[in-house]
Amino acid sequence: MFQIRIHGRGGQGVVTAAEILSVAAFAEGRHAQAFPSFGSERTGAPVVSYCRLDDREIRTREPVMVPDAILIQDVTLIHQVDVFSGLSATGFVLINTSRPAADLGLEDFLAHFAGALATCPATELALEHLGRPLPNAALLGGFAALTGEVSLSAIDAAIRERFSGAVGEKNSAAAHAAFDVVRGGVSARPD
Amino acid sequence: MLAQIEGSKAIAEAVARCRPEVVCAYPISPQTHIIEAIGVKVKSGELAPCEFINVESEFAAMSVSIGASAAGARAYTATASQGLLFMLEAVYSAAGLGLPIVMTLANRAIGAPINIWNDHSDAMAARDTGWILLFAESNQDAVDLHVQAFKLAETLSVPVMVCMDGFILTHAVEGVDLPDQENVDAFLPPYVPRQVLDPDQPVSIGAMVGPEAFEEVKYLAHLRQLDALALIPRIATEFSESFNRDAGGLVRGYRMEDAETVVIAMGSVLGTLKDAIDLRREAREKIGALGITTFRPFPEAAVADALRSATRLVVLEKAVNPGGRGVLASDVALSVPRSPLSSVIAGLGGRPITRASLEAMLARAASGDLPAVTFLDLDEAAVAAERARLADVT
Repeated sequence: MFQIRIHGRGGQGVVTAAEILSVAAFAEGRHAQAFPSFGSERTGAPVVSYCRLDDREIRTREPVMVPDAILIQDVTLIHQVDVFSGLSATGFVLINTSRPAADLGLEDFLAHFAGALATCPATELALEHLGRPLPNAALLGGFAALTGEVSLSAIDAAIRERFSGAVGEKNSAAAHAAFDVVRGGVSARPD
Repeated sequence: MLAQIEGSKAIAEAVARCRPEVVCAYPISPQTHIIEAIGVKVKSGELAPCEFINVESEFAAMSVSIGASAAGARAYTATASQGLLFMLEAVYSAAGLGLPIVMTLANRAIGAPINIWNDHSDAMAARDTGWILLFAESNQDAVDLHVQAFKLAETLSVPVMVCMDGFILTHAVEGVDLPDQENVDAFLPPYVPRQVLDPDQPVSIGAMVGPEAFEEVKYLAHLRQLDALALIPRIATEFSESFNRDAGGLVRGYRMEDAETVVIAMGSVLGTLKDAIDLRREAREKIGALGITTFRPFPEAAVADALRSATRLVVLEKAVNPGGRGVLASDVALSVPRSPLSSVIAGLGGRPITRASLEAMLARAASGDLPAVTFLDLDEAAVAAERARLADVT
């Protein structure tokens, strides 16, 4: 089982991102479960959602406490919320920021992290393609590049299923751009 | 058709395929996406000739459902938590009048203190209303139980409540095999009411009944619930033959073959529990689970039969009966009076029930170290501090 936790703020599409990711994995024949951390859906408030992917039926209903991957939609959360809680030492981290990972003040975390960390300017890519600062769909393109757990084409189809017409088109373009950025720049630990 | 879909929307799809003729609901908190999705379908004409009636409260929602059902319509509504409590007087009436309304209860806690999250307290308030109460373990289960619920309700002229964990199931997006319209049509014939309010042939229903006959009326309702205990497994079998998957029934065992310790539970916690049981089984502990699908009428004989070889029982439930063991624990204890039983209260007000906590509970149970009543994952220090503070005051 591959478990993902998504951190962001209310209004950034944190719950929608988990849902789209689950739809993408489902389309590729996997079992997928997406659900929000309930009750905190206020604009701007820290919000968490979860997604599980597996090749067999997923029965558990507990929150994702030991994630294999963490997606951070809002970089201002990394020193406010324990976003790395329970993360596997060989897991994946994808942070929405235009700054290099070395500038994020994560030295303490990185000292014990042997996984793969990538940054991706998802908000900027969303502004460029959508005209709105909604980083969720773009980050899913980055997730596909970083982890290989789902294909970009499945993410693309799931985005278009969720957002019809031009909105789907533009979100999809942002996801493709983020995929390219992350694939080009994945740093297994910026030393 | 297999779809990756939110639980609430899956229920809306299932209910739509059951062709309701009147859907009446109070469309604000506590409510789910179920009603929203059905409302969209009614407005688009997809459910024609279904009428969606918007009302000002849950009490009105159930009252309108009663009127619609009495007039011969297949009636559906949904609620949760305080919404159920607000309609409770009419909930009793629906059962007393023998009207086959189907209602989804997206289980949530009851205040005070204010809490919007999941537990089973709301369902416990409907325990003795005369409705049949079914509990879903997953969204697939919830979908399938709704299809069975209409058939059950209309065959017996008894209302049925399908309980599914609020948020944990209603807001979870997962794969669900949605039943095809033609299969549902073949399984669920059009509703033929036993009697109809008709201006051309006037009858009264729900008239006053005095002491000379009230007890007989209630006894007849009691017998109908016993009929339900026989009918529910038959409908589950028929469903399984029509849809090629199992759902419904009275109780469902998991790894019960040689189980010495059995955990009895209802709803979505059974999923996490099964994972925990698999792990303890790897450590060669003889542990199984018994899921209660039909909570009302309580299937005493089926529970007793399923638990006949168990030597230790743990009843895990998401509702509190202050000062006593849990409600489900009491029901199980009556079914198997000689078995040692621990009542574990867990997941109140949305507290996650983790596999780790369940494994710890199972370990304590296996070593005989589980008290008669336990609250899982209690913050003992916070409780002690509050008790000390109150002791100072008194």
